[in-house]
Amino acid sequence: SVIGLTSIVFFDCILPKQLAEISYLELALCKLFSVATTHSLSLARFVSGCKSFSSLAELPEMHQMMRQTCRDYADRELAPIAGKLDKEHLFPAQQVHELGSMGVMAVEVPEELGGAGMDYLAYALAVEEISRGCGSTGCVVSVNNSLYIGPILKFGTQEQKEQWITPFTTGEKVGCFALSEPGNGSDAGAASTSARQEGDEWVLNGTKAWITNSWDASAVVVFASTDKSLKHKGISAFLVPMPHPGLSLGKKEDKLGIRATSTANIILDDCRIPLGNMLGSPGAGFKIAMQTLDSGRIGIASQALGIAQAALDCAADYAHKRTAFGAPIGKLQAVQFKLADMAVAVESARLLTWKAAMLKDAKKPFTKEAAMAKLAASEAATFCSHQSIQVLGGMGYVTDMPAERHYRDARITEIYEGTSEIQRLVIAGQLLKENAP
Amino acid sequence: MSRVLVGVKRVIDYAVKVRVKPDHSGVVTDGVKHSMNPFCEIAVEEAVKLKEKKLFKEVVAVSCGPAQATETIRTALAMGCDRGIHVEVTGKDYESLGPLQVSKIFAALAKKEEASLVILGKQAIDDDCNQTGQMTAALLDWPQGTFASEVEIEGDKVKVVREIDGGLETIKINMPAVVTADLRLNTPRYATLPNIMKAKKKKIANMKPADLGVDIVSRLEVLRVDEPPTRLAGVKVETVDDLVAKLKESGTI
Repeated sequence: SVIGLTSIVFFDCILPKQLAEISYLELALCKLFSVATTHSLSLARFVSGCKSFSSLAELPEMHQMMRQTCRDYADRELAPIAGKLDKEHLFPAQQVHELGSMGVMAVEVPEELGGAGMDYLAYALAVEEISRGCGSTGCVVSVNNSLYIGPILKFGTQEQKEQWITPFTTGEKVGCFALSEPGNGSDAGAASTSARQEGDEWVLNGTKAWITNSWDASAVVVFASTDKSLKHKGISAFLVPMPHPGLSLGKKEDKLGIRATSTANIILDDCRIPLGNMLGSPGAGFKIAMQTLDSGRIGIASQALGIAQAALDCAADYAHKRTAFGAPIGKLQAVQFKLADMAVAVESARLLTWKAAMLKDAKKPFTKEAAMAKLAASEAATFCSHQSIQVLGGMGYVTDMPAERHYRDARITEIYEGTSEIQRLVIAGQLLKENAP
Repeated sequence: MSRVLVGVKRVIDYAVKVRVKPDHSGVVTDGVKHSMNPFCEIAVEEAVKLKEKKLFKEVVAVSCGPAQATETIRTALAMGCDRGIHVEVTGKDYESLGPLQVSKIFAALAKKEEASLVILGKQAIDDDCNQTGQMTAALLDWPQGTFASEVEIEGDKVKVVREIDGGLETIKINMPAVVTADLRLNTPRYATLPNIMKAKKKKIANMKPADLGVDIVSRLEVLRVDEPPTRLAGVKVETVDDLVAKLKESGTI
């Protein structure tokens, strides 16, 4: 059915009118054979979401140019220093600044607010190329774009957008997103951080855990409960500047990978913020978080793709150069099979990611596709980096080659912004809804 | 004092390993990654910088070649050029296109566009000719500042610091003039995403060499292209006498 889908995509892309006809034909056939029409409905949805592009196989010229620019930047400026950033746990402040001036730190933000004014597909391409150079930098770009700017762009007032987005488009400042707590990660609805109103201020109390960018951020989107009795419907979102009285940071976590990013607890101890700092309406926090993570998933999928591609490129290059048994190891079937499996894993995850991004750009529902993309891409990243080390043999195990860094960087993509297990629940939930009798 | 013309050439990317065609008629270009000649990038950067300093009103990017040359012009537009001109040359004509024909085209365009300054890369990394800038200046009878590592506009003159074998030479030439960019002139910017978006709306005019009255027949014929000989292993000798003997033996001295 995947093959069937792809061939219809090509048709669609060349002959949009005929595509629509094909989907109606499919619908008619399904009705004829009394097969559930939900499958064709999702096909029609994808098909109409694809109409805005000339071909899935070839991106529009602007996207190609943008992808090439980010690739050049990653090759020349990030790849040479990625090892050092990882070893010394250095935040790439200068590179983030340069990426900001290129517009990469605020891809989807409209130009009036200081962003690049491009679509989500462009953003996905940018994050993939940046992550190919340095996984940590890709993470910083993704968190700033999807998790920090994302919710403010979607749910903020014009004033909030100008105050909290515009200064964060240039790369001088980055933001972060605080949902997880020591007591709950996947169980986001059980937030214990509280926010009570005192006069014209909100007072926040609690601890947030695993916050990426925390030590380098100038603002945070925090989720706290304004009414614990309403459970997840009592959670609200708040904008807090950093540093701020009442907000302190825990120690930097010593991580396995993406070491150039800072990850720490954010401790709120009678942290007072003006009433105008609430993002969205009271009780909308959970919904804001879930919708933000939906889009953020595409960003993380792109980051995972970049890491997977870097691992694949490393292995393919080595296969040409390393000789054993009298020939380059690329001649051996064992190595060829590994490279082929890696390539299929990356390319299929990439198409899923692009599809999710295109659906989002077409303002169609994309929750299921985004979860599929993140699941596929993160598993592709861990698979590719694992096999990449195998292809490199002993050289894959030492820091002289980047394979071991890709292995360590890839691992987190299966965990943050929704574990692979949560993604499976999301996908299954959507599937069952579509197939409900 | 208003217009700068910048030439950009689409060449095989510098990082690609170039392979000779089996029939030795040239190098493999099909399916090979191409990009803007690095010295042309430096030229574009300089032109855009001069415009940002408000010394010129318009920067026009020009490229001669097949349809794909427009990609290179778009990159120049994304870096800040205002509009582009694509001089279409295809097939066998393109394979035999060399500095003489290109400089005739640039000379005609410089006159047509009333350019005050023509900036080119000092040479292209595929043919390493290092001739187009010089020929263009000669055809126009304009002064030239080649191998520029510094360019400064002083009124209606250009001060150019040239990198020469002996060191640095500073000259002052009258405009209109031709300048060719050397490596240390500047560091080309990365195109910003908003500029890539804007580049889509900028115009690229299309024309043929015949429209400019230029004949592009080549006076050169490429007979054969070969790879450089594979480097042989060296030989170690014990004494200086041995070394001299070996050199005499191989006919080197």
